[in-house]
Amino acid sequence: MSLTLTPTLASVAYIGATILFILSLGGLSNPETSRRGNLYGIIGMTIAVLATVLGPRVTAGGIPWIIAAMVAGGGIGLYAARTVQMTQMPELVALMHSLVGLAAMLVGFATYIDPSASAEFKGAAKAIHEMEIYVGILIGAVTFSGSVIAFGKLSGKIGGKPLLLPARHWLNLIGLLVVIWFGREFLRAETMMDGMKPLIVMTVIALLFGIHMVMAIGGADMPVVVSMLNSYSGWAAAATGFMLSNDLLIVVGALVGSSGAILSYIMCNAMNRNFISVIAGGFGTGGGTTAASGAAAPAGEVVAVNALETAELLRDAKNVIIVPGYGMAVAQAQHTVFEITRHLRGKGVRVRFGIHPVAGRMPGHMNVLLAEAKVPYDIVMEMDEINEDFPGTEVAMVIGANDIVNPAAQDDPTSPIAGMPVLEVWKAKTSIVMKRSMASGYAGVDNPLFYKDNNRMLFGDAKKMLDEVLAALRT
Amino acid sequence: MPQIIGVPRETFAGEKRVATVPEVVEKLIKLGFKVAVQSGAGDAANFSDEAYKAAGAQIIADAPGLWAASDIVFKVRAPSGDEVGLLREGQTLISFLWPAQNPALMQQLAARKATVLAIDSLPRMLSRAQKMDALTSMASITGYRAVVEAANAFGRFFNGQITAAGKIPPARVFIAGVGVAGLAAMGTAVGLGAIVRANDTRAEVADQVVSMGGEFVKVDYEEEGSGGGGYAKVMSEGFQKAQREMYAKQAREVDIIITTALIPGKPAPRLITVEMVQSMKPGSVIVDLAAEQGGNCELTEPGKVVVKHGVTIIGYTDLPSRLAKQSSTLYATNLFRMTEELCKTKDGVINVNMDDDAIRGLTVIKEGAVTWPPPPLKLPAPAAAKPAAAAPTAKKGHGHGSSAPMAGSSLAIMFGVAAALFWFIGAYAPADFLGHFTVFVLACFVGYMVVWNVTPALHTPLMSVTNAISSIIAIGALVQIAPPAVAGLSRPDDWIRWLAVAGIALTAVNMFGGFAVTQRMLAMFRK
Repeated sequence: MSLTLTPTLASVAYIGATILFILSLGGLSNPETSRRGNLYGIIGMTIAVLATVLGPRVTAGGIPWIIAAMVAGGGIGLYAARTVQMTQMPELVALMHSLVGLAAMLVGFATYIDPSASAEFKGAAKAIHEMEIYVGILIGAVTFSGSVIAFGKLSGKIGGKPLLLPARHWLNLIGLLVVIWFGREFLRAETMMDGMKPLIVMTVIALLFGIHMVMAIGGADMPVVVSMLNSYSGWAAAATGFMLSNDLLIVVGALVGSSGAILSYIMCNAMNRNFISVIAGGFGTGGGTTAASGAAAPAGEVVAVNALETAELLRDAKNVIIVPGYGMAVAQAQHTVFEITRHLRGKGVRVRFGIHPVAGRMPGHMNVLLAEAKVPYDIVMEMDEINEDFPGTEVAMVIGANDIVNPAAQDDPTSPIAGMPVLEVWKAKTSIVMKRSMASGYAGVDNPLFYKDNNRMLFGDAKKMLDEVLAALRT
Repeated sequence: MPQIIGVPRETFAGEKRVATVPEVVEKLIKLGFKVAVQSGAGDAANFSDEAYKAAGAQIIADAPGLWAASDIVFKVRAPSGDEVGLLREGQTLISFLWPAQNPALMQQLAARKATVLAIDSLPRMLSRAQKMDALTSMASITGYRAVVEAANAFGRFFNGQITAAGKIPPARVFIAGVGVAGLAAMGTAVGLGAIVRANDTRAEVADQVVSMGGEFVKVDYEEEGSGGGGYAKVMSEGFQKAQREMYAKQAREVDIIITTALIPGKPAPRLITVEMVQSMKPGSVIVDLAAEQGGNCELTEPGKVVVKHGVTIIGYTDLPSRLAKQSSTLYATNLFRMTEELCKTKDGVINVNMDDDAIRGLTVIKEGAVTWPPPPLKLPAPAAAKPAAAAPTAKKGHGHGSSAPMAGSSLAIMFGVAAALFWFIGAYAPADFLGHFTVFVLACFVGYMVVWNVTPALHTPLMSVTNAISSIIAIGALVQIAPPAVAGLSRPDDWIRWLAVAGIALTAVNMFGGFAVTQRMLAMFRK
């Protein structure tokens, strides 16, 4: 290889890459600068990879392998990115997290069996190095198996209901203790083969732990899980960085890790849930399912409407707020929603969207779907921006959402979702809820909204019903 | 020696208004003036000579006598040729004049060496001037009367009703040009129960339209149409095309069109073409308030009501005069407010103070010298620049990040735990590790600061970009593929190489896929 970088040049390149990654995240602060942000990320990654490949740690013999692996992986990645449906974004992201986790595991094992990697360490430094390997593999394994399960749940291959094993908290605790004990064994191991056994046992436990953790989390909490796994994949990268004494990996891992942690925190806040209780699993484990069937069951009549009447209501309105939920994503109805929006806006109706932070299955899911359907982002509002506008609104149309518009969160202190901020659609003159049936949402809570005097129900598949509404509007 | 204000009878054919009313006569007298009214001046507006006399005015039988006796003449319409002949040197005339449209009249008036105040030249953007703004008061009467005329000519109810005899749809009214007249028409039509839409080239009136209960119809073209002084300006060709399409569409849909579009000093824009009139439902009504300036509709005949293609087109130019009592009262009050400004000493003598912005604007001829047009006002144009800036400031970040500071005790515990942890690390970890640890902690904080600023709408792209970035772990695999050989160590090369290759392939999926999908998503976000 004619072109090689000295260690100092490689370090400087790493610093440049680090700055670009920070700028990349900063660029996402608003849609105008976001594309540039992504570009920074791409450039940063290119610099980092090139600096490594051309740097002192890679000799010419490895180049063909690297190129082959990059081309194979890159091809698959680009193909997936091109073909994925926007409604499948959460699955794709979860799947990609699992890859990072798996890669962290592999790198950990490779480092452990590589004597040249640890040759320079003695005494405490060696212990710390081995602990880094141990922790790195642990986080990688949890991220990997947890993400695979999250992918299964999000894509519907595994049921959304939380799987609650008996004494699951004890199981987790025992698993943790076993992991710590084997960690001690691992550090004491004299030879590599001696160390391999505790390492593999720990990996298996970590994998089981990841599966168990995500299996116990209900479908409505998926946004938290996805962002949490995002965070884990960052910590895995950081741990690998410690393992290899590579500051670039540490910095980037920390950036990604804290970003995911903040997102998880925001999602939990949006549901008025404690982070720990989400991770501990199950929705409202105390009595979520019992309260719904209890005394608070709302009584009253549900008024159903058809598509024609819905179109009539929309046409006569001056202000319309559309509240989309996961049902819109499932039915792939976002394009029809946009057609209706465009038609109404053409008629001078002021149409806006109210997005609940946890609508959908990952943070910002609804925004992406609406953006895909070309809905201009300046009429897509956050919950806090739009909640006070419902009283002046003629029609609030709820498409495939349930818990995020449940007045019980405000009115009924015994409700499992009490205190969760919700979109106050019932304050609009008329609210129309589009739903397949009267079944309750993920939270398993009945929704008193459906029984309110000013609420109408439009039953049916969101896409099919919206198509009919659009047809009725156009006549 | 108090000055005498003279109010002649309007000579313009069909003009029913009068420049002052008995109620205001009393107030003028309190200001120290004497008031003379020509006999029969108020007849058409239902103010009798007796009423003026009772209010303290002197009645003078004919116009020459009145003009001769007066120091100040109040009029509504611009003076006719005869009246100009009666104007004498040193006298002051106050009336509508339209100096831009009537240059010949201006010359004649200047030749008489009098002082002339044109009420239509009032600088309207002075908030102090609003009480004198006769254009506004006349325009609001015009708007009101336009709806009344339309209702008169329209064969149906305005409001929708459901009666035993069947369902009556509400009338649909479209108002082109939402100035004072347009807004007044809108209020009246909404009050009658009609569905009202409106359009104006000035974007800032959209809110006013909505506040009046109307619906603002946008022209699908970006251009700001605010000219000076609350008027609209002439728009570009592309805009006009888009505007015509919008008008054509409205013409097909509505029952009543009221047009008020005027551009100062120019003929009225032709908004409603013959084809649009033809496309209207039979029995529809157009009220063209710009008839005097040529009309907004091609078929308008100024001063007349015509029926063409089944559509009644009302081109009256004297709508305020058709509500003579109301318009006279308002006009008289406007003139009284102006007189107050002219006579701040309340001694019955006016002082045309050219240093006063309002009076400077009003005065078009000062003692025979033409002083029109006035120099531009050194005022900030109101409401031109602010609409964009006002809205978002009040909103806090994104509804998070604003949490109250943590309670003191839990904060103390957190610091305690952190301190213990750091002490532990500091005590046992080697220096090499500490360097990395420093980097790690600082990077966590940087991440924390940066990510809080990400807007919630971009959370999904944020996740996919961080996911792509986390494939930086590839570096870990890259350095393991073929490191420089270290002497004296045997290394299970094959094992490591295959693990590393798998690692690189996996992260490459992420790296390329993650950035590509982020790019794809971000490309969709548009305004």
